[in-house]
Amino acid sequence: MGHLRGKLLPPALAIVFSMLLCGVALVISGANPLSAFGAMVTQVGKGSTLVDIVNSTGIYYIAALAVAIGFQMNLFNIGVEGQYRVAAVIAAVVGGSIALPPGIHTLVIIVVAALAGAAWAAIPAILKVTRGVNEVISTIMMNGLAIGLSAYLIRRDVFGELRGNNIRTAEIPESGWMPGISFGGGGTMFGFIFVAIALGVGYWVMMNKTRFGFELRASGESSTAASAGGVNAKKMVLVSMLLSGAIAGLISLPELLGRDHTFSLNFTAGIGFSGIAIALLGRNHPGGIAFGALLWAFLDKSGLALDNVGVPREIVTIMQGSIVLSVVVAYEVVRRFELAAEQRRVGRELGTVGGAA
Amino acid sequence: MITTMEEKPHVPAAPRKRKIPGWAVGVLGVAGAIVLLSTTSYMTGFPQLTSSGTTQTAVRLALPILLAGLGGLWAERAGVVNIGLEGMMIMGTWGAAWAGYQWGPWAAVVAAVVFGALGGLLHAIATVTFGVNHIVSGVAINLLGAGLTKYLSTLIFLPLSNNPRQSPPVTPFDTYSAAGFADWLGELEAGQRVFISDVAGILRGLVTGVSPLTMLAILLLPLSYYLLWRTRFGLRLRSVGENPHAADSLGVKVYFHKYVAVIVSGGLAGLGGAALVLNPGQLSYLEGQTGGRGYIGLAAMIFGNWRPGGLLGGAALFGYADGLQLRSGGETVLGLVYGVVILLGVIVVWQLVRRKWFSAAAAIVVAVLLYLLYVSLDEIPSEFVSYAPHMVTLAVLAVASQRLRMPAADGLVYRRG
Amino acid sequence: MSSSTSARTDDPPAVVLTGITKRFPGVVANSDVHLTVRRGEVHALCGENGAGKSTLMKILYGMQPPDEGTIEVNGEQVRFRTPSDAIKAGIGMVHQHFMLADNLTVQENVVLGAEALHGIGQKARKRIIELSGKTGLNVDPGVLVEQLGVADRQRVEILKVLYRGAKVIILDEPTAVLVPQEVNELFDTVRGMQEQGYTFLFISHKLDEVRAIADSVTVIRRGTTVGSADPKTVSSRQLAEMMVGSELPSPETRESTVTDKVVLDVRGLKLMTPDGSRPILDDVDLVVRSGEVVGIAGVEGNGQTELVETVMGMRKAGSGTITLLDADLTKLGTLARREAGIGYVPEDRHRHGLLLTQPLWYNRILGYQTRKPTSKGIWLDTDGAKKDTERIVADFDVRTPGIDVPAAALSGGNQQKLVVGRELSGDPKLLIASHPTRGVDVGAQALIWDEIKRARAAGLAVLLISADLDELIGLSDTIKVMLRGRLVADADPNTVTPEDLGSAMTGAGATSASVQETGTAHGTAVVEEGAN
Repeated sequence: MGHLRGKLLPPALAIVFSMLLCGVALVISGANPLSAFGAMVTQVGKGSTLVDIVNSTGIYYIAALAVAIGFQMNLFNIGVEGQYRVAAVIAAVVGGSIALPPGIHTLVIIVVAALAGAAWAAIPAILKVTRGVNEVISTIMMNGLAIGLSAYLIRRDVFGELRGNNIRTAEIPESGWMPGISFGGGGTMFGFIFVAIALGVGYWVMMNKTRFGFELRASGESSTAASAGGVNAKKMVLVSMLLSGAIAGLISLPELLGRDHTFSLNFTAGIGFSGIAIALLGRNHPGGIAFGALLWAFLDKSGLALDNVGVPREIVTIMQGSIVLSVVVAYEVVRRFELAAEQRRVGRELGTVGGAA
Repeated sequence: MITTMEEKPHVPAAPRKRKIPGWAVGVLGVAGAIVLLSTTSYMTGFPQLTSSGTTQTAVRLALPILLAGLGGLWAERAGVVNIGLEGMMIMGTWGAAWAGYQWGPWAAVVAAVVFGALGGLLHAIATVTFGVNHIVSGVAINLLGAGLTKYLSTLIFLPLSNNPRQSPPVTPFDTYSAAGFADWLGELEAGQRVFISDVAGILRGLVTGVSPLTMLAILLLPLSYYLLWRTRFGLRLRSVGENPHAADSLGVKVYFHKYVAVIVSGGLAGLGGAALVLNPGQLSYLEGQTGGRGYIGLAAMIFGNWRPGGLLGGAALFGYADGLQLRSGGETVLGLVYGVVILLGVIVVWQLVRRKWFSAAAAIVVAVLLYLLYVSLDEIPSEFVSYAPHMVTLAVLAVASQRLRMPAADGLVYRRG
Repeated sequence: MSSSTSARTDDPPAVVLTGITKRFPGVVANSDVHLTVRRGEVHALCGENGAGKSTLMKILYGMQPPDEGTIEVNGEQVRFRTPSDAIKAGIGMVHQHFMLADNLTVQENVVLGAEALHGIGQKARKRIIELSGKTGLNVDPGVLVEQLGVADRQRVEILKVLYRGAKVIILDEPTAVLVPQEVNELFDTVRGMQEQGYTFLFISHKLDEVRAIADSVTVIRRGTTVGSADPKTVSSRQLAEMMVGSELPSPETRESTVTDKVVLDVRGLKLMTPDGSRPILDDVDLVVRSGEVVGIAGVEGNGQTELVETVMGMRKAGSGTITLLDADLTKLGTLARREAGIGYVPEDRHRHGLLLTQPLWYNRILGYQTRKPTSKGIWLDTDGAKKDTERIVADFDVRTPGIDVPAAALSGGNQQKLVVGRELSGDPKLLIASHPTRGVDVGAQALIWDEIKRARAAGLAVLLISADLDELIGLSDTIKVMLRGRLVADADPNTVTPEDLGSAMTGAGATSASVQETGTAHGTAVVEEGAN
């Protein structure tokens, strides 16, 4: 029981703390926090908000999985942001320029996106393995370059076309779409949500049941011990980075295949960074990540209602930020506390009176 | 920041080679850079490469990078990796705009430092007191900084500027120029004489339109060096970044020094934000204004091998590339590619002399590729030009990261006991 | 201070510890400890690993506050919150694991924290050079510490203490990293300083050394002081009984089980520094046969660690071949080498042997993730791992409440027994044991020695690296001496003495018939190389 408490307590504390913090901020700025939170909750039942939340959860879920694979071995893939951007534009360009039967067309787009994401992640991975370049700084640089590359690729003299005020890639023909589940006025749920669920299950199996998962976790816990235990550190960096990049490549597909069918200036940016936050909140656990993604999606979509009660909806970004920061602090505090408790328990059961550890 | 895959062997090191003093390296570097630029400018026919306008813009653009890098230097010398510089810088920009439109530029500077330092304090609490992973905390602070400023802008700036993403205009600093000297340099520059005009152009850019903030920032560099390397406080601070257990065993207050370092780090990043807001071309807070300059500052510090002199070089390089593109666009930047080819040529000769065949061969290949790029393109696409610092950083890290030496306990969580 | 050249009874004692108790989660490290150190004496504190010596000294040095008890210095009760308080009271400590910043100079390391005395500039430098003579340190204060050898680093540690004007100096296991000759030099320094009025607290579990240097001895056992003795009259055996309640275990092996079946054959092994400037391993040839223990002696930092890691495939050799039985391992990775039949007890179990926050059974999989009983193909076999962990816990007497506790919760000795048990599973052909009993209690030490002997008798080949020369001489069938990356001499463990080995290890040349030089390497001062 204590085990479960250690896992659930920190996020609960972090959320309560952040709500209090934002509540205080709201009071200071002259708003009523209760009516603000109330507006957010009632918003869920309105229009397509619920379906929007589910859709958004799926997207965030994929992003957080991509980040979590790296985090499991202490590999900080800050570059998910750039990887999914590059994957999105390349998948859109390829999908819009080929003609294939339905199904196969969609599949090709998915594979292309995954490969593009992996390829973009391969650069920092190779730099790390061959040249010892820290992945944090290199993936940050790659994020910048990804913005440049995507802007270049949708130039009108490259792959872009002008539609109204917007520059975009050629539209993907209907054969390449992925159908969703329509709820009429309640919106349409992306079909890709099911892929996200499958990814989560696959991730759980990989981490807990396979040799690769063991090697990944061992590397994360202690790279030196893993290497003495025969885990090839370079191979692990390469494989996990490529895997992380491949999954990152899928982040934009729910929207690309289910709604937008093109890459344009309206592209949803920033999901990679949210993914980092959600992976931290969910402790890289597939269930925890699902919860975190749901929370993030709820804050995002219900936050729109805040404008109606005269509160800037940006308050939810503060809430998200403070949740992340307080949850990592809370996890750390609980971890120390639990280790000490465990040592105490072992000491008690062995009846150690003297003799230091 | 940089970890190499292999552990360092525990074998006594060989006697150190003859050391060239740091200032000499600096002088040689500056001279080399000027020769290179003036040669490139002559060969490619782009006088803009060394024009005073370019230099002046470069200085303005290098300023935020330099300050962020200094912030990184302070934190990392005390063993705390500060990826949160970007977030602290964002907070600095907001603070500068908020105080600046009401009470003028000096208030903007003070508020920026305070806002940045608050971000630093948060990072210190998370990493030092609670032992949170430095990268994790930094990322969280970046998210928080962006969220906080968005909220505050909507709350406070929207009613004034009718734009939730922009503040009302800020009063700028008066700028100063060394009038007579600059005019004389202007004549020289206009003379279009090889080398002399180039040097004159660069110098003129450095002494024209200088704001107090520029002077402050440039003063902060030697000041940081002095504090960190020549005082007892600095020795203690650096010892905390090298071996906190040893420092603790000698009565050095490890947590205190880490706190001070990270708070100063945040303050410097915030000042970098003020440099953006008070830039004559902009003069207000804009959402997304920092554009990753906090990260670039960090990269400049790594580029400079965790030393102030090297950091200055990195910031100057990145600022220059940025300034060149802003002033004269993609085709001039292509001229810079030509300059890199020349530089690689020099490196090839040097490596051949040292009989490092592999490095020489690699340099030749890269040089040929870049030269082909130079002749086949008319200009560097503008979409990429702004990311020149990113590419340079990746290239430098790929070539040199094994030779860089970060503080030994950088990024490690320290707990007493 | 020249008046107090010897222990005087009318002065208040230099240090008195009364009723010191210190608890950590799960253990009581010190309970009701009493210790009196007279001024001007060398007082030895004796106890086995894990008895609580280091904790006690950390308390005296202000690094940890005691839960109960009082400290008196020169007759006055004091309360230390930080090491600065202890330093102010005239106490200095030379730590077992050197507390030096490699990337700072000797001068910076020395003045750190004591800048108020002579600043950080020329005055400080002059003072350091003045004091260097006392410690036998002969390097420029501007040299980076990373360029110093082990013995010089220790001298810098002593210098740090002197620079602060300490009168009571704690030496925490100072001889652990030194060869016998260096130990003698250290003792000369200690005696010289004792004559000038310094008081020493000498922490050790090496009884011969204690008897050689100490004026009085206090014994600590299971966290509490159990008595004191006069080192002039007490025998090592009596001391041992006070320390552990019985005779100390001996590594001595009886009859030889060496066969002529070659198990490990290393030829011409070379390894360069990452920058390619110097060799770390230089043309190493090594053969280990079935039933044989080959011991490698060497001063720390002469390439033993790298030799092991190269044989394990954790470092990539520049040239040379490694053969195990008939399999060529040269091009294989660590995992493949383990699968070929190498068990590996690393020198640092925390860094290389265990996943500390993971349960014991999860640790059982490490290194065996491709083999039965812990895996099946690409899938883990958690049930198999758990069952086999139960077996190790029972067979190797790992004291734990269960196999689900994290490895970090166990004591050092029990962690090491788990590692040794794991590495002897799966029927290895070769065991590489680096410092297998470092920092473990005598019970675990005896068990580990017995297991190594049993496996050897069953035909296992063992490559043993140890800084404990008694262990090395006792367990080995053949001893090879490593110096500057080369195997420079062979020694016969039946006849060689620790002193002979020590000479060979520092390159002072073979002084005994039982040590025979092999290579062409010769030369004198080794460790001090690079420190001009």
